Amino acid sequence: MKLIKALILASLLLLASCGESKEKAPESSNDSAKEKLAQKFGLTLFELENGVGPIKEKLDLSPLDIEMASRGQKLFEEKCASCHKLDERFTGPAQRDVIERRTPEYIMNMILNPEEMIAKHPEVKKMLAMYMTSMTYQNVSKEQAREILEYFRKVDKEK
Amino acid sequence: MIKNKIFTLLISGFILGLVFTGCSNQQEAGGTDEAAKRVYVAPGQYDEFYTFMSGGFSGQVTVYGIPSGRLFKIIPVFSQDAETAYGYSEETKAMLNTSYGFIPWGDAHHPELSETDGVHDGKWLFINENNTPRVARIDLTEFETAEILELPNSAGNHGSPFITENNEYVVASTRFSVPIPQKDVPIKSYKENFNGTISFIKVDKTSGEMSIGFQILVPGFNYDLAHAGKGPSHDWAFFTCYNSEQANSLLEINASRNDKDFIAAVNWKLAEKYVSEGKAKKVAANYAHNHMDEKTQTAVSVMNKEVLVLDPKDAPGMIYYIPTPKSPHGVDVDPTGQYIVGGGKLSTVLPVHSFDKMIKAIENKEFDGDVDGIPILKYDAVIAGEVKEPGLGPLHTEFDDKGFAYTTAFISSEIVKWKIGTWEVVDRVQTYYSPGHLNVPGGDTKKPWGKYVISLNKITKDRYLPTGPALCQSAQLFDISGDKMKLLLDFPTIGEPHYAQSIPAEMLMKNSKKIYKLEDNEHPYAAKGVKETKVERKGNEFHVTIGASRSHFTPDNIEGAKVGDKVYFHVTNFEQDWDIPHGFAVMGNRNSELLIMPGQTRTILWEPQKVGVYPFYCTDFCSALHQEMQGYIRVSAQNSNPEIKYTLGE
Ligand code: HEC
Ligand SMILES: [Cu+2]
Repeated sequence: MKLIKALILASLLLLASCGESKEKAPESSNDSAKEKLAQKFGLTLFELENGVGPIKEKLDLSPLDIEMASRGQKLFEEKCASCHKLDERFTGPAQRDVIERRTPEYIMNMILNPEEMIAKHPEVKKMLAMYMTSMTYQNVSKEQAREILEYFRKVDKEK
Repeated sequence: MIKNKIFTLLISGFILGLVFTGCSNQQEAGGTDEAAKRVYVAPGQYDEFYTFMSGGFSGQVTVYGIPSGRLFKIIPVFSQDAETAYGYSEETKAMLNTSYGFIPWGDAHHPELSETDGVHDGKWLFINENNTPRVARIDLTEFETAEILELPNSAGNHGSPFITENNEYVVASTRFSVPIPQKDVPIKSYKENFNGTISFIKVDKTSGEMSIGFQILVPGFNYDLAHAGKGPSHDWAFFTCYNSEQANSLLEINASRNDKDFIAAVNWKLAEKYVSEGKAKKVAANYAHNHMDEKTQTAVSVMNKEVLVLDPKDAPGMIYYIPTPKSPHGVDVDPTGQYIVGGGKLSTVLPVHSFDKMIKAIENKEFDGDVDGIPILKYDAVIAGEVKEPGLGPLHTEFDDKGFAYTTAFISSEIVKWKIGTWEVVDRVQTYYSPGHLNVPGGDTKKPWGKYVISLNKITKDRYLPTGPALCQSAQLFDISGDKMKLLLDFPTIGEPHYAQSIPAEMLMKNSKKIYKLEDNEHPYAAKGVKETKVERKGNEFHVTIGASRSHFTPDNIEGAKVGDKVYFHVTNFEQDWDIPHGFAVMGNRNSELLIMPGQTRTILWEPQKVGVYPFYCTDFCSALHQEMQGYIRVSAQNSNPEIKYTLGE
């Protein structure tokens, strides 16, 4: 059942994402194109940019907190590393530069609310079609997700 | 269970049954549109009640939804289960340890939900094992067996595990009397040498952990079933017994001679007091107490060496016998706690005793002799009324929320509805066939939820497509919301459905656990994350600490094992989301598979016999890439010295 769900989703998304990439072919950063896309998926502009989930406002990121990042590293190794490496594709995408690909809020929403993200967000749908496994909730709290985010900020700098 | 005794009556019962069925087909509402609507739970919708059924000789407990009759889960309890590795995995084997050693099978009988103030509280489910006397406790957040306690000085743990109003005690009586302590004596010396016992198992208020409070040594009859009192009868528990003839052979005839056998009424509060005053004797014993350690997720088995035994001779006023016609089977206490119904299976009336009258009779010493010093109360001094024409072979009674009682009649295959107080029969309905127990949701508590009665049938005969000589076991659901009982549904069950208990779904749903938290996993071979995966040799033990997540094992290429090794695969499921179990199986393993829930560690032992490279894989279809979830382990010759290597993705 899980497989069928995943397959149906994946194939729908393949279709959806083809159509969509044509539509927004000129990869516009202009607001009206984004608005259209958001509308199509029933998202707000904020959600398109920052994901769907408990993080509903922009975070106030202070300078890198090394201790927080090391707590994040421990969590990442325990709960994420079976699927994510920093520098190579694994079950999911390589994560060293995730902070450049996505907004901090998007990353936290992805960690905290993957099921809804997969169901609603066009970017995640695209990824699922590529990776064929769903990103999963690993029972981390908001605070812990924030620590993992700090770890992502740190490793990005270490490139 | 009672088949032996009424075998002869069975044949005549069949004939009667045929007559009844012949003329009562119009009663069958099953198959009508209305019945179909009542039991139809639309896709994606939930049932109203959880029903826990005894799996009988399967040794397990099954979980059904009512009214749909859909099977949700088989909880392994007393029997090994190769599907879940219960009793096969290193973590669960010790659950089946007994004073006789490891026992792979048990005979499960009566599920009993825990209670607070006489009402189901949704914490635990208890169930007894009849053959090698044990009582198990199932945790209702996990729906898994949490504990099994063996009962010493017991044989045929049938009158069990019935609970007092606040889980103070789980009571358990012996169906078979035996020499206590066991000794080498002629079987024919039954009358001098054989005894029964009644055990009072204490239940810890918060953890639910069981321990034997005390046992009462009783005359050598067959103690069949039990129920604790409630409300005014809170301090008492009631136990039916048959074979007051004390026959040791051909009980079918020899134990059916007496006009009346007994219900034993035990004042457990008083017994407790005698125990605290030191009236009980410490007796040497040997019995297993097994529980799942929550942190290590591993069963621990401890042998206990002592038990407290009370002799009624040292405990005056603690126990009385109430005469009850003809080999009573069930004993059921109504929601008010005032009436005690005895199911005299060979009797033509259903006797209902009055608790108040019993107390008065005790005060006024209205006795009719005694058995080994235990006073026998006068039948007329205790009886409140008799239900006439309760059907042939009345066995068990449960109650609804409107003052009615429902009694099964085994031989005439019917459920008989009667009114408490007037004792008149107001309705009867055929069952197909030969019901044993029955269950009304909450029907043995202070607050029955009513609405349905489930008939737990002993014989299925022609109700389903035939499957050779062995037919499915079966239950039937009846609507009892109106004046007339209406058949709604037949549904098959696993093993013999001796008894069932039902509880509103919302009481358990909200507490149902979704995952085991990885951070709380204190299994000695847990891998908390890929960093902790490893492979080590300890003498001829080869420990593979391996992790599973979609859709690979870490590591998945393993070398260094040898023929003759004991290879332990300790598999941790890294996932932390609901409903993502992984499985594990290795080719040629003479052992079960593993199913590992999110956050759990489970271990299976493999003893490779030949050199080669063996595949292992995930058995639970976990993702689109599930077919890719595999690995290899290399087995080298016994006398070689292979290097240990383990990798993933290289
Ligand atoms: C079972 C494997 C699995 C686990 C465990 C897992 N992920 Fe993922 N993750 C994925 C997959 C696969 C994707 C790609 C999206 C999809 O297919 O759903 C992904 C996507 C992501 C993304 C979005 C990346 C992007 O470029 O958009 C982030 C962020 C992320 N994961 C973080 C985490 C964190 C943090 C953890 C641990 C708390 C974690 N993941 C645990 C499989 C996993
Ligand atoms: Cu799997």
